[in-house]
This record gives sequence, structure tokens and C-alpha cells, in this order.
Amino acid sequence: MSILVDANTKVICQGFTGKQGTFHSEQTLAYGTQLVGGVTPGRGGQTHLDLPVFDTVRGAVDATGATATMIYVPPPFAADAILEAAEGGIKVIACITEGIPVLEMLKVKAALTDHYPQVRLIGPNCPGIITPGACKMGIMPAPIHKPGRIGIVSRSGTLTYEAVAQTTLNGLGQSTCIGIGGDPIHGMNFVDCLELFQKDPQTEGVVIVGEIGGTDEEEAADYIKSSVTKPVVAYIAGVTAPPGKRMGHAGAIISGGKGTAADKFAALESAGVALARSPSDIGIRILEGLKG
Amino acid sequence: MNIHEYQAKQLFTEYGIPVPAGQPAWNAEGAKQQAQTLGGESWMVKAQVHAGGRGKAGGVQRAQTLDQVIDITHDLIGSQLVTHQTGARGQPIHCVLIENTTAIKSELYLSLVVDRAAERIAVIASRAGGMDIEQVAATTPEKIISRTIDPLVGIAAYQCGEIGFALDLDANQRKQLTTILFGLYRLFVDKDLSLLEINPLIITDQGHLLALDAKINLDDNALYRHKDLATLYDPTQEDEKEYKAREFDLNYVALDGDIACMVNGAGLAMATMDVIKMQGGEPANFLDVGGGTTADKVTQAFKIILSDPKVKAILVNIFGGIVRCDLIAEGVINAIKETGTQLPVVVRLEGTHVEKGKALLKESGLSVIAADDLSEAAQKIVKVGE
Repeated sequence: MSILVDANTKVICQGFTGKQGTFHSEQTLAYGTQLVGGVTPGRGGQTHLDLPVFDTVRGAVDATGATATMIYVPPPFAADAILEAAEGGIKVIACITEGIPVLEMLKVKAALTDHYPQVRLIGPNCPGIITPGACKMGIMPAPIHKPGRIGIVSRSGTLTYEAVAQTTLNGLGQSTCIGIGGDPIHGMNFVDCLELFQKDPQTEGVVIVGEIGGTDEEEAADYIKSSVTKPVVAYIAGVTAPPGKRMGHAGAIISGGKGTAADKFAALESAGVALARSPSDIGIRILEGLKG
Repeated sequence: MNIHEYQAKQLFTEYGIPVPAGQPAWNAEGAKQQAQTLGGESWMVKAQVHAGGRGKAGGVQRAQTLDQVIDITHDLIGSQLVTHQTGARGQPIHCVLIENTTAIKSELYLSLVVDRAAERIAVIASRAGGMDIEQVAATTPEKIISRTIDPLVGIAAYQCGEIGFALDLDANQRKQLTTILFGLYRLFVDKDLSLLEINPLIITDQGHLLALDAKINLDDNALYRHKDLATLYDPTQEDEKEYKAREFDLNYVALDGDIACMVNGAGLAMATMDVIKMQGGEPANFLDVGGGTTADKVTQAFKIILSDPKVKAILVNIFGGIVRCDLIAEGVINAIKETGTQLPVVVRLEGTHVEKGKALLKESGLSVIAADDLSEAAQKIVKVGE
């Protein structure tokens, strides 16, 4: 078991024939993912990477039975691509694109909540999702992963890789790893992922990697307190970040004194979460957690 | 991206939001001419910098005569304004806004922001205008009125009414507020703003609502479709290194410490700063070279780091995903050779082609210190930085 995607998940790629879409589709195929085709408007009927290209998501879903998509279209068109995927019948959407205007994401989120509550949006501005050994939908480096027992959910790309590499090195491996993205308005949050990891029998412990800005980590702390019985380890980046400055990610900003790393660490600690004060300690902490 | 008050007020005017009559000026003579053109008995001279708290810092002054307009402008322009929102160096004043003075009956607060938790635009209002709204929220939260707007519906008249009643406005003022809020919402959405703040929104002695101040932040992600607004970017209000980094599409934030770092990924870059601090050092910067970085970008990043005279040591921390470690190693070697820096450099590489990368660094003959994980790298950099 795993969450959201597995070896049977049929995946398409939006922005399939573009540079990013092509490169990462090749990687995804090499990993053994069931990539069944892609979408590039105007290129329908062609073949790319030996797979069919469709003009629309609806066309791709009708022809292939795909239920998941990875989106690599440029920022001006990415919000539209998410909506098209939802309406086209896709259930799991991983939007890798960075730089979508915030106000467009407000509309996308409202539309998904109102009309497609069953659709899971991962990202945008994220590395995507991977169930090691089964399905890779995103830009993460495949070789560092190993099928296993830990669920990882993170707002940061490269910090996810730190957590992955350490849990591979100490032999635990990962059930599923999800990058929920660095944007202020995004799809799945920590709570959504924790809920799925708690229910998944393969997942024995969860690592959450947060950062400054917003209240996702505080909400996760409340949820863990009430509903998560598996050991959870948390790391939060940005203890030394100055207030009012955007730290790379659009969503990584302390505004009005809110969203500090100290507050998030404190909330998670009071919920009984084991804290990794350095990202180098994530692997050790989760190993300790599993030993109880 | 921030814009100046006078630019924000020009946008307000386009959207029918009342502001005091005023014009910008870039020198004392210009300020006098603007005051003469405006007419009236007295004028406000307002320093145009990208920071709040200008009033208390002496950046907003009343002039009773044209000579005073000249004197105040003369003093302000070319100086640095230090407010509680700027660093110790302050922000340079190159421009002042000359406005007619207004008789104030009371001061309100009004803003539109993107509310992350609600995933909507929120209107925030208060009768406690003219004060620091964060302080009001902390000490007297009951004085804050907030309504969120459904993005698929837009702002509704009843919401404006609710806010108007809560602010104790009379019928005429509620009508004015509704017009103002509809205009502000349209402006916010049309121009892809991320923050719009009026503090204070005053009620004049004539009973009219008037935006005495105006603050606007734009969503950087949407600037591609607002080319006219993108030209309002004012590099003089930014840290010089941050401005330079922007040119090369690097995410850089200047900090006060002396240990520089260069990292791929925003989260890992923050984590690197944090671990430097944990080991007893002080980070000099945040620098994310991005996922798709190149050897050339690494060289540019090094140059920006080295333009900070405080820097005593450099930590390079790369987790190669799409980015291959051997390419990064090449970039670091080129950068050290090209800049001729004698500063100690600690490099931690992990991920794709890590062995190749490490070998390149070793073969380069440069005295680069290698580290295997982030904690070890931070320990080493803090030690050599001492």
C-alpha cells in the first residue's frame, strides 16, 4: 500500500511536448511509472516518447483511462491546466509549475472546493509525488528513494530530498513522498496528507518538513494531537529568517509577526511531535520514533 | 514588489478612490512649484520610501509657507530615512509627495490582503486608524473588522454595508465606503495586488472619506501581465546585492552575519542559515540558486556573495536533483578562479553525480574543504570563519 498513487496509477503529462515535460516524462517512464500519454493543445494525434499526444485532458482521459496528471505548463497557463484536469476527470493532480499568480490560485481553490471536492491537488511550486518503486510524478531524483515505511510530506523540494536520503540510508525507506509546495495558496496541506498516512498500513511513521509563513504547521499540530497515533517527526526551516522578507518561496514569509519557525516548532512539540532541530537529524529522530 | 505612495495614489485615482490633491517632486524647486500649483494655505511634504512608520521618523512634515516646503524638501531629499521598518541604514529619499493638508475629524484603517488560511481576499477595517494595525490586533482584537470575499462572486454590497455599520459610519459615509471598497477590490484584482492598505482612511471635517495614505504590494508572479507596473520597480529602495541577484534570477536576501551560503532550493537555503546559527555562526545571506541552475549562475552568485565586505567564509550546500553535482562543482571552481577569492570555502555536495563532483573539486588543486552532511559542513565553516 501507499497513498494517492501506486504501480497501477495511469498518469498523463500536461505540457508533454515542452522541454520540461519531455525531460521529466522520460525520467518518469524510466522509473517504470505507467505514463500513458500527454496533452499539448494543437499536437493531438501525434506521438511523443512513443506515447499518444492529445489536444485536451478530456480526450486523454477518455482514450487512456488516466486518473492522475503531472503539470509542467508555464505559469501563465498552469492554473487553467489544473482546472482542465479536474473537469476532465483526473483525480490526482501534481502541479510542478512555479510562479502562478496568487489570485488565480484563489479561483482554482474555490472551484475545486465547490465542484471537485474529491480531486487531490498537489502543489503548485512543488517537486510532485512519488511512491518509491511504483510511481513517480515529479522532478525528484529517483535513485535516492527506496520502498519502505515512512511517509514524507514537505513544503520544500530539496529539504524533502534530505529527508528521503536519510530514511533510505538508515534502511527505513518511504511509503509515499509528497511535496505540497512553497506557494501561499496550494492544494493538499499537511493535515490532508497526515490523514492519508494515518490510514495507510504501509506507513509506520511520518516526517513533515515545514517552513516559515502561514499556519499549515500549526493546523498539523492540532490534527496530530487529536487524530494521529503513528510517530511523527517535524523539521521547520527558517529560524533565522528576518520578518517581512520573502525567502525564495512565495509562501515563505513572516508577516505581522506571524508564521515564525519558533511558533511552529512550539506548536508541534506541544502536540507530542519529535523535533529535528537540524535537517541532518531527521533520519535519526524517525528511527527513534519507530523504536518507541 | 512595492511601489511608492504617490504611484499607489495615482492608481487610486484611476479607480475612483478619493485622495488629497498632490504631486511628486524630486527637488526643492520642483516641490515649491507643485505646492504653488496646488494652492492652499499649507502643505504636507511626504518622503517617498518603501517603508512604513515615516511620520514618527520625521519623513512626513507640515509646511505652513512655500519657504518651508523648500526647506523641508531640501532636508529630506538625499537623506536616509530610518523608521522602525527599515534597517539601521534606512532608505534613501529621492522623491517627496506634496499634498494639500486636510482637516481630520477621525481616522480609520482599511486594507485588502490575501488571507492564506481562508484562501480568499480579506477586507480588514478598524476605527483605530493611524496606528500600527498589528498592535491593534494584538492588544484590542475586538476593534478589528474582517470579511472575506468569495473569488467566484466578488465583493458584495451587503459586506460593505456590514463593515460600514461596524465602523459607525452614517448613511452617506456608508455609501462612500461601498464605492471605495468596490473600487479597491476591482483595483486589487485587475492589477494582481498582494496587499493594499490605507492607514489612515480619514473622515474629513466635511464628513467625506479620504485616503490619506496608500500602500500597495504587487504579486511578483503576475508582473508578466502588468508591464506598466513592472517599470515602477525602484532599485534604490532595495539592497544593492538583492537588486543584482534579481537580474540573474537568483533569490538573495542580505543578512547581518559574516558566513555566506549558496544553496539550491529555498527550504534548504533557510535550513543552511539555521544550521550555521546553531553552530554558533551568523549567516550573511539567504541565497537560493534554484533548481535549474548552471555553472554561470553559480559564478554570478559567488560574485554577489563576495560583494558583501562582511563575508569571511562561504558555505556551498547543494542537493543535486535535476542539478548535477559535477556541474555545480565546475561552477564553484570557475567562480573561485575567476574571482580570485582567498576566503575559505566549504562545499557539501549530495545527490546526482556526487562522486564526479567531489572528484572535480579534489583535482582542481583549490583549497576547498569538503563536507558530507549539512551539520558537518556548518561546523567546518563556522570554525574556519573564526
